[in-house]
Amino acid sequence: MEVIAKRPATLTATPFTYCPGCLHGVAHRLIAEAIEEHGLINKMSGVAPVGCSVFAYKFFNFDMAQAAHGRAPAVATGMKRARPDMHVFTYQGDGDLAAIGTAEIIHAANRGEHISVFFVNNAIYGMTGGQMAPTSLPEMKTTTSPYGRNVDDIGYPIRVCELLDTLVAPYYIERVSLLSPAEIIKARKAVIKAIQYNKEGRGFTFIEFISTCPTNWGIDPDKSRDWARENMLPFFKPGCFRDKGAEAPAAGGTEVKS
Amino acid sequence: MSKILMKGNEAVAEAAIRAGCRLYFAYPITPQSELIEYMAKMMPKVNGTFLQAESEVAAINMVYGAAGTGKRVMTSSSSPGIALKQEGISYMAGAELPAVIVNVQRGGPGLGDIQPAQGDYFQAVKGGGHGDYRMIVLAPSSVQEFADMASEAFDLADKYRNPVLILADGMLGQMMEPVEFQPAKTQAEIDALGEQHTSWCICPNDDGDAKHHHEINSLEIDPQVLEKHVNKMYEKYAVIEKDEIQYDTYNLSDDNEILCVAWGTASRVVKSAINELKAAGKSVGMIRPITCWPYPYEAVAKAIGPKVKQVYVFELNTGQMLDDVKIAVSGKVPVKFWGKVGGIVFTPAEIQAKLEACF
Ligand SMILES: Cc1ncc(C[n+]2csc(CCOP(=O)(O)OP(=O)(O)O)c2C)c(N)n1
Ligand code: SF4
Repeated sequence: MEVIAKRPATLTATPFTYCPGCLHGVAHRLIAEAIEEHGLINKMSGVAPVGCSVFAYKFFNFDMAQAAHGRAPAVATGMKRARPDMHVFTYQGDGDLAAIGTAEIIHAANRGEHISVFFVNNAIYGMTGGQMAPTSLPEMKTTTSPYGRNVDDIGYPIRVCELLDTLVAPYYIERVSLLSPAEIIKARKAVIKAIQYNKEGRGFTFIEFISTCPTNWGIDPDKSRDWARENMLPFFKPGCFRDKGAEAPAAGGTEVKS
Repeated sequence: MSKILMKGNEAVAEAAIRAGCRLYFAYPITPQSELIEYMAKMMPKVNGTFLQAESEVAAINMVYGAAGTGKRVMTSSSSPGIALKQEGISYMAGAELPAVIVNVQRGGPGLGDIQPAQGDYFQAVKGGGHGDYRMIVLAPSSVQEFADMASEAFDLADKYRNPVLILADGMLGQMMEPVEFQPAKTQAEIDALGEQHTSWCICPNDDGDAKHHHEINSLEIDPQVLEKHVNKMYEKYAVIEKDEIQYDTYNLSDDNEILCVAWGTASRVVKSAINELKAAGKSVGMIRPITCWPYPYEAVAKAIGPKVKQVYVFELNTGQMLDDVKIAVSGKVPVKFWGKVGGIVFTPAEIQAKLEACF
């Protein structure tokens, strides 16, 4: 029988700890496959965040460091500066990257640190039980915004790709979604490109995944993807914001209004 | 080798580079800025990495990442900055990472001032970060000692896979004294130092067959496993407490009527006062902890001579090491304390007056 899909060697046999229907696993798989495809299993190392993906160090089959909440870009900086011959990525949630770790991500991007950052945006804090994230949508109900996110009180969701796109140094910034097989195939291409640039030592690469949290949204997996499509995608528009490696910059990154 | 007149902040930086430190991450703060500036100037000359981080929090986490690769890495700061580094220090202790941290203390709490103080003793030795961990703390009292401690701190950090803190203060950071440096390590020696960590550190796999999966991590969700890990760390700490205690004594004899205990800069002033009293025919001895953790409890107890009627502790704080002295003395002799705060250093005359009042 022909094998058309198998567990990449870049993943350990440890079963994922994610809820049924959670897209963290899909994001992991795309990253693992891209690393395998580029033949980097012996040269790659990653940094796991704090959040539902805290155990990522157990899932990826190469050296991994576990970072304090939000500090992954700083830890990755230390690793990469210490071992420039090694390739380094971070994997971070929206609470991790866009709240407690805002300074670290902006400055790592601004330095053009030679790392890849994979950012999973599910508009909520998953691990701690569904509190409001900096990416929670206006009017979105969470355990700490029980009456809906009031933008007059606590501001609008932060669009990280747009924010990082104001900086000079980043090499590649793209937002993708994981809501359907077609979108996953697109996301796959973006991840492969990010890892390729990383392999070639081109600079800072950043991929944002629009993801879901069926558990804390309280919506079943199928419907949660619809919910994300209807509510998240208009605010967090997928697209390529920056690709210094492309001859002509790819489309996308168009101005979005709230 | 000849002696060079140098500021403490620069001397410790130079000594660290000679000891094989090739990565340094920090954020500016007075009174340690000469250290970061020296590193900015010198690291590129030895093919090292100097990076000014966006904050102390980022700096210590860069140290965490670099230490995870088994290389000699250092950061430095002063009191408010060290407070911010406590998160990372706890993570490094938990992940058992070797690194050197320099604290050039200033007056506090809060933003305080930029004058010398010893107010971070509790933070340093009682665990400023969260959780059950220990950090080796070395307290210099001269620029020479400050410099010597750099290489010693790296050796200890490597030996025990544990962060080591050099607890200096604004006086030692800013003052100039003649220093003699140890010869600089060669690249081969530095590489060999890194080799001792290859069984656990983050590094590329040499070939596909020898694939390893190393984890730098302080998370252990299973309480039984975490308990084992913390207990194992405490076995290591017990060895450190047995083998790594350091202290210095001054004018210690069976004639001592007073035993002084002081550390760091404060001990220098006490020494001057002891000399004055000696000239006046009075016998006062001193013991100076060099390691604040592990603390020389036994040595302090033994330093109490047969005629000692008073143990006197002098610190540039409100009595933080006093607690440890009391544990050591365990009620056998009365213990008194006098300190100065606000970044003010007491004078020999002031100490002398305090001691004379005890005779
Ligand atoms: C310093 C610190 N503050 C708070 C926490 C608690 N905490 C754990 S995970 C988390 C939120 C993670 O959310 P996100 O990054 O969005 O990831 P997700 O769980 O949704 O995948 C928080 C606040 C912590 N571990 N450390
Ligand atoms: S809580 Fe949400 S983000 Fe976390 S694993 Fe479950 S579904 Fe995924």
